[in-house]
Amino acid sequence: MLLWSLIVIPALAGLFCLLSRSGSLSRFMLPLVSALHFILVVCCWMTYTCPSVPPEWIGLDDAGLLFLSVTSVTFLLTSFYAFGYIRREGRAQTMDMEEGFFFKNSPDAVFVGCLLFFLSTMTLVTVSLHLGLVWVAVEATTLSSTPLIYYHRHHRSLEATWKYLLICSVGIALAMLGNFFVVVAGTGIGEHGVHLSLLSLSEHADKLNPAWLKAAFVLCLVGYGTKIGFSPLHTWMPATYSEAPSMVAALLSGALKACAFLALLRIHQVMTLAGLGATSRSLFMVLGVVSLFTAAVFIVRQTDFKKMLAFSSVEHMGILALGVGVGGTGIFGSMFHMVNHSLTKTLLFLAAGNIVHSYRSRTDLDIRGLIYSLPKTAVLWIIGALAIVGVPPFGTFLSELTILKSMVHAGRFGLAAVYLFLLGVIFAAISASVFPMVFSKRTGDSCSAAASAVTPSEEPLWSVLPLWVMAAAVLVLGFYMPPFLSDIFHGIAVSLGGL
Amino acid sequence: MNEWLDLAVALLILSNFMLVNTSRLMSCIRIVAIQAVILSVIALLSHLHALDVRLVVLVIITVALKALVLPQVLKRVTVGTGVERELSPFVGYSLSLMAGGGLLALSFLMSHFLTVPEPGLSRFFLPASLFTIFTGLFIIIARKKAVTQVMGYMAMENGIYAFGVSLAIHEPFIVEISVLLDVFVAVLIMGVAIFHISHEFDHIDTDQLSV
Repeated sequence: MLLWSLIVIPALAGLFCLLSRSGSLSRFMLPLVSALHFILVVCCWMTYTCPSVPPEWIGLDDAGLLFLSVTSVTFLLTSFYAFGYIRREGRAQTMDMEEGFFFKNSPDAVFVGCLLFFLSTMTLVTVSLHLGLVWVAVEATTLSSTPLIYYHRHHRSLEATWKYLLICSVGIALAMLGNFFVVVAGTGIGEHGVHLSLLSLSEHADKLNPAWLKAAFVLCLVGYGTKIGFSPLHTWMPATYSEAPSMVAALLSGALKACAFLALLRIHQVMTLAGLGATSRSLFMVLGVVSLFTAAVFIVRQTDFKKMLAFSSVEHMGILALGVGVGGTGIFGSMFHMVNHSLTKTLLFLAAGNIVHSYRSRTDLDIRGLIYSLPKTAVLWIIGALAIVGVPPFGTFLSELTILKSMVHAGRFGLAAVYLFLLGVIFAAISASVFPMVFSKRTGDSCSAAASAVTPSEEPLWSVLPLWVMAAAVLVLGFYMPPFLSDIFHGIAVSLGGL
Repeated sequence: MNEWLDLAVALLILSNFMLVNTSRLMSCIRIVAIQAVILSVIALLSHLHALDVRLVVLVIITVALKALVLPQVLKRVTVGTGVERELSPFVGYSLSLMAGGGLLALSFLMSHFLTVPEPGLSRFFLPASLFTIFTGLFIIIARKKAVTQVMGYMAMENGIYAFGVSLAIHEPFIVEISVLLDVFVAVLIMGVAIFHISHEFDHIDTDQLSV
């Protein structure tokens, strides 16, 4: 009942916004519904007991609850930001910052409606325990987020939208084929063969046909991997993240990727139960290393800082895959890292949104002396950057360390060395780009006109407060992990055959 | 009954070759629609011994969506963009035909390693559905026009759907319907996007999207 309302309320609210066509009404719906969603998720935590026999369609298990909470928190904080953002941008004609033409934004009601649909579909991904339903939900997230990317109505964002829609849809179609392969792997077991529900699959896991199941896993890895943005499949990300409004990029990176990762974890769980865990783990590791490598190559000398954040997402998804791939405490570290990454990346994208708004540029060379012009955002931008590269007091440091420890524990010293080296390169590259943005003095003549034009501008509360909450959360996670979180990480690690 | 099934599978393979070798967008749309019909026939034929209401309903909905509604939508979009044919694709038509032959060989090779546990199914069925999927992927890569890429996506979906209906029939109804719905909405949104693209750019060549 609680779960159904989590899915239905945002969907109905979204429908209401689309039908009402009223911008101001929709704007107020957004924080309201996401706050309600968050409260309901808290209720889920209160009443939660790990089910011994999971239901067939919709239910909560450890992994589902964790990813649901991450989605809900990210969405709640972003929605406050979005409230102010939409009010400021509105429907007025805006001048494009790169080519100087004028464009409009999509209507507020449509935008908010799609945001709420997006929330509803992401919730569905996290609570479904049936591989077919997971697929339907993941595809629905693609469809509901497509109009969000086309918020600024001009040709570059349209191109990014087309890329996103086509690449993700094709990828997800392969995951569908993967699901069918799972069914074929289970034909002939029992009277009707197995269903795609996790319950039925885990009951008969040892009898599944290994050849078909392996092929299914590869297809799902490619399919959901496109959505997650593992390296050879990440091609839609840079364009999409830099052209979409910052809060949409934040949601795509902080919440959606986590959801797609959950879909992959479900299949990995089946593989583990079927005794094929070694195969899926080695595939995870290969993709993880390739993603880290690609990210390291492209982050160095990246001049567009939103694209830099996009590649940093590729990097962190690689780290998650490595953690799951190594297994053992690595899974624990991986889940912890997922939480940290979602918070930090959302913080960074929202801060980037503030910067883009006041400088009208995404090139890091144009942005100098942030600390003088946007003091609050500058501090948050530095905190976020330090957290994302994994500097000690933050949670990311701990989770990356946990993954490193699990590699050493498993005797994979070569992997650990590569991991440390690539993280080091990314650390250097991000710092080299972020610190000059914040601290170097404005030199009116040498850089560009944009830098000198900026005067200290005001930073409204909505654009800073949600960011502080996230920064504080990442910082606290570095010192203290609440027992309910560590319990749930532990539960997930056990269900995936680690620990 | 098996010879009819073999015939349908052969038609499916032929339709893929036609799709690869056609430059007229309207013909492409028609071929994809015919493919959806052939697939439904295959689904019915391969379950003749145990035909139930569910399957029939599913097939009717599929035909209605994939062979009637979606082609109509795509036709309107194509007419709206004013483009009649794909003149300079990335991979030329004769080369595409050869690539199609290669893909067919690849599908046979792949299905050699995977044994289908369902008896009573044509042994050409698995390669044929794999071939349809590969053809769709190939078209997405080898063509420039946004409309043709959508056609590739639909062909690919057709292949996957064929595989699903014939082998994975035990899945609950609701999942299959939602899958159909997702695909339907996806193609609709793609249609809207193409409309915006042609409006914004005066053409629908995806390689020149960033002017």
